[in-house]
Amino acid sequence: MSPEHADRTRGSPHGAPGAEQEPRVGVYVCHCGHNIANTVAVDEVAEWAGGQAHVTVARDYKFMCSSLGQELIEQDIKERGLNRVVVAACSPHMHEKTFRNTCQRAGLNPFLFEMANIRELGSWATDDREAATQKAKAQVKGAVERAVLQRPLDPLYVDINPNTLVVGGGIAGLTAALELANAGYHVYLVERDSSIGGHMAKLDKTFPTLDCAACILTPKMVDAENHPNITLMTWSEVLSVHGYVGNFSVRVRKRARFINEELCTGCGTCVEKCPVRIIDQNFEVGLGYRKAVYRNFPQAIPKYPVIDPDNCTFFQRGKCRACEIVCPTDAIDFKQKDEIVDLEIGNIILATGYEQFDARTIPQYGYGRLANVFTSMEFERMVNAAGPTAGRVVLRDGVTAPKRVGIIHCVGSRDKKYHEYCSRACCMAALKFAHLVHERVPEAEVFNFYIDIRAAGKHYEEFYHRVLSEGAHLIRGRVAEVTDAARGPGEEGQLIIQVEDTLIGKQRRIPVDMVILMAGMEARKDARQVANLFGLGCDFEGWFTERHAKLDPVVTMTEGILIAGACQGPKAIPESVAQGSAAAARVAGMIGQRTMKMEPVRASIDADSCSGCRICNNLCPYHAIVYHEDRRVSEVLTALCQGCGACVAACPSAAISGAHFTRDQVMAQIEGILWDARQPEVLWLEPA
Amino acid sequence: MENHFQPIIVGFLCNWCSYRAADLAGTARIHYAPTMRPIRVMCTARVEPEFVLKALREGADGVLIAGCHPGECHYVEGNIKALRRFTLLKALLRQFGIEEARVQLVWAAASEGKQLAEAVDRMTEELRALGPLRWRETVLGEQPVARRMAEAEVGG
Repeated sequence: MSPEHADRTRGSPHGAPGAEQEPRVGVYVCHCGHNIANTVAVDEVAEWAGGQAHVTVARDYKFMCSSLGQELIEQDIKERGLNRVVVAACSPHMHEKTFRNTCQRAGLNPFLFEMANIRELGSWATDDREAATQKAKAQVKGAVERAVLQRPLDPLYVDINPNTLVVGGGIAGLTAALELANAGYHVYLVERDSSIGGHMAKLDKTFPTLDCAACILTPKMVDAENHPNITLMTWSEVLSVHGYVGNFSVRVRKRARFINEELCTGCGTCVEKCPVRIIDQNFEVGLGYRKAVYRNFPQAIPKYPVIDPDNCTFFQRGKCRACEIVCPTDAIDFKQKDEIVDLEIGNIILATGYEQFDARTIPQYGYGRLANVFTSMEFERMVNAAGPTAGRVVLRDGVTAPKRVGIIHCVGSRDKKYHEYCSRACCMAALKFAHLVHERVPEAEVFNFYIDIRAAGKHYEEFYHRVLSEGAHLIRGRVAEVTDAARGPGEEGQLIIQVEDTLIGKQRRIPVDMVILMAGMEARKDARQVANLFGLGCDFEGWFTERHAKLDPVVTMTEGILIAGACQGPKAIPESVAQGSAAAARVAGMIGQRTMKMEPVRASIDADSCSGCRICNNLCPYHAIVYHEDRRVSEVLTALCQGCGACVAACPSAAISGAHFTRDQVMAQIEGILWDARQPEVLWLEPA
Repeated sequence: MENHFQPIIVGFLCNWCSYRAADLAGTARIHYAPTMRPIRVMCTARVEPEFVLKALREGADGVLIAGCHPGECHYVEGNIKALRRFTLLKALLRQFGIEEARVQLVWAAASEGKQLAEAVDRMTEELRALGPLRWRETVLGEQPVARRMAEAEVGG
């Protein structure tokens, strides 16, 4: 028997109540329907577990997390006198809380429960039934051995700071911020762009009601600006996030606008007089121009413009100062510096939105090569009365109205070469475009090229029929190519859309003079960095991962970090608004509790064993360890400790113990998880 | 001849990044070698060198420690502390004659299920090439003389 084993069975000197009793472990192996049972021989694992040391009862059950499954555990705790529970099922991040509550209901301290993750880390990761079963046994054994040494713990309570940070000022973030502010809580709304409003501010009409986007959005933007409970921070980015739920410290950089916000009245004279005109790749998606001092759009909130130093003549060549000269309030400040702001926050809602798929990625559709191929966002700007063409639908020359318009659906989405997912909002947007073309250019013909029409939403199907009745042609088939190479009469000078019409089973060449590419939504390029900054997960496509796809869509795996809107996946306005409200409600609920239960996973120092070496003092990132000069011992301040365990591992006298991750618990788990791996017992000859 | 040796790896996964990466790999149904037996720790900084040695002595053929990327640690820089400790441990393992590939430290963010799965696959292949660790012969330099009656439940 190894020395550790002897050590472990000797029991802990700090043995808590429950630890002295004879361990009686209940093991429950979950089928999770077929999710686990298809790959792991759950009945075999349960039967085997029943024969292991300390195990009083072992069962397998279809759904352990169901109320019947939980009752099974409660009943066994009460009737069979279990004092430890092990559930082999999904990830502890999924259901650890569920089963801890189960134990608590039956009068067992929740920290005497342990979970073996045989689904995410087992059955879902392999097809090899034999290996998966063996691995599941090892995980169960490890959990049992660990559970035997677990001690009852009492939860810690932390105060929840009532301030909330909302990142992203699009419609989702705006909604969340307003909901919370109206509930009486303070919100910091951080937006990277110079104005709030997000993508919705670029749109002209919204489907299916054809409401004017600006008419419904700008009042909300104004509300946010004037709300006493909202601190608006535009042209700003989050630099760092530290802390934990209820107590985040967030550092924000407010980029220099070079405009003194105290003095600026938003009159716009500087914008008017600025001699530099450059293509606006951001708000006007390359279709229009802006100045070097600019506002995204006339109703921008806040109303202060920004100076773009990369294009400003003064910043580049030290001359000009036209804006400074014309400003009636002397608000131009070329010396302005970025400002660093530190915020204390209780909860964070991320509503960072999406980016549009770059249509250039698909060369056969000709975007960027064929002048009259437009992206859907370009068309949005074109039909917008406040846009670069003042709402006129025209070709790239800026004057000619199109006679035939082709709208290609699913560009970059529903395509295994780019994004496999459906981008969800584009079918309806494409139908809206068909309607708008008919409205603005009544004599024009519109062709929609679709794979399937996805019109699942309130009044969506009705809108589809409306557009059909207006005379839009719908052709079912994925477009192969958009070309300007004419093959016959009637094709010269036109863009030809080559498509297989799958309803009649024929190849067709349809000449048009304008093409609109319905480029799908994709995750922001920096989504992964943002996810890492805030400590949440994102999937391969870059969408942020919710705690549960169906039942917990706005909360992430990281406590206190919530998500809303298209940063979680493609979404139209109504769903984004719903998520913004949902996230706000969750945060309000959290603030309402005032305190929150925290894992009592904390370090503590046994003063008798501490030699006062002070190695741990500098290791703690939270300065939670203090040294008492008089007694020459260190002490952990529980309120500051976050339970990482760095000090526990470093203590040369083993005087520090980390609750719920004690050395003996981990050692026991290692032994358990390797129950079948130890070298066979043989007689060994020592080396000569 | 095809190598059928299936190594056993003990994986110390940090709660915030790598455990979630492993969860994600499962959720995304990424299949990888079923060789890694996971132990969840709050942070890689909690992993004592003794844990690694214990796992090797108990029969593991390798130990994988997986944490957040540098700069992304949930506990500011626990992963850097783990890296420092790991560097010292490697020097010790070398003296024991334990090959470098047997104990590895990797970074996997919560979104990097694929990377974690690949790390397990890669390590499994490397260990397959090295063969079983055989702690007693390799580290203690002992030789088996006779098999005792298998009274223990080992392998049961």
